Amino acid sequence: MAEYIEFEKDHHPHHHKETFITKYVFSQDHKMIAKQYLFTGVFFMGIIGILMSILMRMQIAWPEQPNIIFDFLLGKWAPEGVMDADIYLALVTMHGTIMVFFVLTAGLSGTFSNLLIPLQLGARDMASGFLNMLAFWIFFISVVLMVISIFVEAGPAAAGWTIYPPLSALEMAQPGSGLGMTLWLVSMAFFIASSLLGSLNYIVTVLNLRTKGMSLTRMPLTIWAFFVTAIIGTISFPVLLSAALLLIMDRSFGTSFFLSDIFIQGEVLHYQGGSPVLFEHLFWFLGHPEVYIVLLPALGIASEVIATHARKPIFGYKAMIISILAIAFLSTIVWGHHMFVTGMNPFLGSVFTFTTLLIAIPSAVKAFNYITTLWKGNIQFNPPMLFAIGFVSTFITGGLTGIILGDSALDINVHDTYFVVAHFHLVMGISALYGMLAGIYHWYPMLFGKMMNKNLGYVHFWVTAISAYGVFFPMHFIGMAGLPRRYYTNSNFPLFDDLADTNQIITMFAILGAAVQLVFLYNFMYSLFYGKKAPQNPWKSTTLEWTASQKHIHGNWQGKIPEVHRWPYDYSKPGYKEDYVPQHIPLRKGEEEY
Amino acid sequence: MITLFIVLILIFITIAIWQMIKIFDLSRALSGIKIDDSQIASDKDNTTQAKLMLAFLAFIYAITIFSLVSYGKFPLISNAASEHGQKIDSLMIWTLVLIFIVQIITQFLLYFFAYKYKGNKKSKALFYTDNHKLELLWTTIPAIVLTVFITFGLLTWSDVMNMQKNNDPMVVELYAQQFNWKARYAGKDNVLGKSNVRLIDIDRANILGVDENDPNAEDDVITTELHLPVDRPVLFVMRSQDVIHSAYMPHFRAQMNCVPGMVTKFTFTPTVTTEEMRQNPSMIDKVININNIREDKSEDLIAKGEEPLDPYEFDYLLLCNKICGKSHYNMQMKIIVETQQEFDDWYNQQTIFKNSLIVQN
Repeated sequence: MAEYIEFEKDHHPHHHKETFITKYVFSQDHKMIAKQYLFTGVFFMGIIGILMSILMRMQIAWPEQPNIIFDFLLGKWAPEGVMDADIYLALVTMHGTIMVFFVLTAGLSGTFSNLLIPLQLGARDMASGFLNMLAFWIFFISVVLMVISIFVEAGPAAAGWTIYPPLSALEMAQPGSGLGMTLWLVSMAFFIASSLLGSLNYIVTVLNLRTKGMSLTRMPLTIWAFFVTAIIGTISFPVLLSAALLLIMDRSFGTSFFLSDIFIQGEVLHYQGGSPVLFEHLFWFLGHPEVYIVLLPALGIASEVIATHARKPIFGYKAMIISILAIAFLSTIVWGHHMFVTGMNPFLGSVFTFTTLLIAIPSAVKAFNYITTLWKGNIQFNPPMLFAIGFVSTFITGGLTGIILGDSALDINVHDTYFVVAHFHLVMGISALYGMLAGIYHWYPMLFGKMMNKNLGYVHFWVTAISAYGVFFPMHFIGMAGLPRRYYTNSNFPLFDDLADTNQIITMFAILGAAVQLVFLYNFMYSLFYGKKAPQNPWKSTTLEWTASQKHIHGNWQGKIPEVHRWPYDYSKPGYKEDYVPQHIPLRKGEEEY
Repeated sequence: MITLFIVLILIFITIAIWQMIKIFDLSRALSGIKIDDSQIASDKDNTTQAKLMLAFLAFIYAITIFSLVSYGKFPLISNAASEHGQKIDSLMIWTLVLIFIVQIITQFLLYFFAYKYKGNKKSKALFYTDNHKLELLWTTIPAIVLTVFITFGLLTWSDVMNMQKNNDPMVVELYAQQFNWKARYAGKDNVLGKSNVRLIDIDRANILGVDENDPNAEDDVITTELHLPVDRPVLFVMRSQDVIHSAYMPHFRAQMNCVPGMVTKFTFTPTVTTEEMRQNPSMIDKVININNIREDKSEDLIAKGEEPLDPYEFDYLLLCNKICGKSHYNMQMKIIVETQQEFDDWYNQQTIFKNSLIVQN
């Protein structure tokens, strides 16, 4: 704290002697750490994750055909260009793990929580810069371990991202459950440690380092979302850690937490008395809140972006906060809806159906509030706005099918089919991705001081939007035709032969969608070097981050930290000439806050 | 090869688009028109993007209609072959109707507002922060609608999962192992013999670990095909010997995981025999369609000098629906629903457990 008091006294940040190492590598500055998360979490892991999904889609569309790409990328795992069935499952597993944890948890929260929490709250930095640095480097270790696991002899973990034992516990059950799974578990243990350190830091910063006047009900919705995300992260991630540790015990030290009565490859194993269903409970106690850890930051970003670019206050600010809190609370008591047909007591199934469908209420409130925010707006279609509108669209489309999956009676028949794949990719995959891209386009000027090319942004959005619907909309229907997920090929079931064409169409859209991300990558990199210099506040936004020094300095504001006098959504307020009134402008005499 | 070409072509297209934009800008610069390179949406951009929003709404509607027409026969919400299946189907249809209506309306509002309220640099938006009546409206309406759906859902669920609802069901064990299924019938006494993986004795062909000393086990029958008499309730008792599997019988709207170390249960009454289902008009269409596809494929195969595909005939299936390892994608068992008479004929040809064991000297 001493450092901050010092700032206040002499009104300008003092300069440490900074070397390359302290500035770019072991940086304790939240803006640099945000960029580090962006490059390792989003770009590096994102490219691997997308590439894996394309390999999977090509296998599903054109099974058993030699493919030069498989030959090139998979080598000995695709003898003569035909993908090995074990490696298909490994791709499924690693795609899920990388996308859910590395890209959409660490990448999304890591980038935007780090960047925005101090800047939008008016803080010089995170509560603990050192912990923040530590969180990133522990995350980095986890990335390295996970990437190494892809290259081990027997292949990476292949038991699905949910790693249900006994499949994940026994090397005899599948080759990926050997060294690959060990590395997966160790990598996840590091990941969880990093996530907890990060979350603690976010929570403490939000609670303690708000600038003068920044009451909780004057915080931008982004901060509310990051704050609540961090809280559910700290509640649920430790449970996954315990599950991972118990699984390590079962795998390596002969305990029987999750294993019992197993006969495999001609021998009876000694395990007695454990239960795989226990693991499922522990896993989904994290696994379901995890969905909201992924989604809430995107919701927050969308709220901010929609209000800013519609030039209109977010409709029902307090209702938005209440629904974030309601979603977060409910998210911790619905995990059983992943387990309706696992042999769990049917009465529990009833309870979880009830709590699950309740989530639809705050979600509906959010969707309608977004739509009302657009009503009579003055919408500026900058690229971030397109992605935010796309977010609302996929959030609705994907969310609605949750009414089917959350209903235990209906889940019986679509559980683990492509219907589920379509549902969660739309509602948390694509939605969170849109939120993230909206965030990158919106805060790029803040992160790098340059503008991204808008026309490329438009091309990027529209092609992505068409591909997203092209991939996941038909997928609902092949799911309703009963096609199970995680099948290496469907050609052993003539029953599904009439779905082959659809699968090829889906793959085409997937390739198109992946290819257009190259446009984004190009735009990002090109603008980094040759982009137009950004003005101080390009989107005429009201929040504090746009008042901070454009040149990234340690301490964020050159002089005093601005004080806050109003809520963050004074757009198009009557009585003002400009269509926005920044938070640090004092209320006029007699002016009501909102 | 084709896919590589597709990828390459797409990359080139994206580069081409970028280059064209650049050339377009350059040519405008050369002809002296002032370019707005602020990279912030101009009024012109707003107009274009607003139109695209409307076009995208049309795209969503088009893809919905297209999907409904081409895949709309929904094999999983019509022609349920079990008693409870029809209840699930009608709940599913009502839920789909609800989803369809909400989806059509909300997507319309979203994209239409985006189109209608496109911005310009001169106007201002309406300063409209709150309306408690409206918010109350869209909190209570979903709450009421959901209450109705939750109630029906829970009633259906508790009916489906009530294992005691049928008097005297036929008891059948479904036994899963990497990567095949076995069925064990309880025999005349309708009581399954005790079993445990520790009793598995491959040399004596006791592959399910059935207790040889249990008198109830003597008349058990183990098969690799699941035959069920029509209209007779079946109670499935499920076990797995190695990893988690899931017994998925989509036509009967039935699914339950098989978990090593515990016994799970599911019950249903098949109502349509395999033969009746084959005669169902929509099933006949489906099979003809599939056979046309298979014939096309066969022609390609013959041209390559390979074996053609067999023609497809409909059968009920039990599929594994929980990732279980390398051959997960091919872990299936045929289900045959037949009349009691046919079932008895088939059943009497099977060897009972006591006689199936290999006697060793």
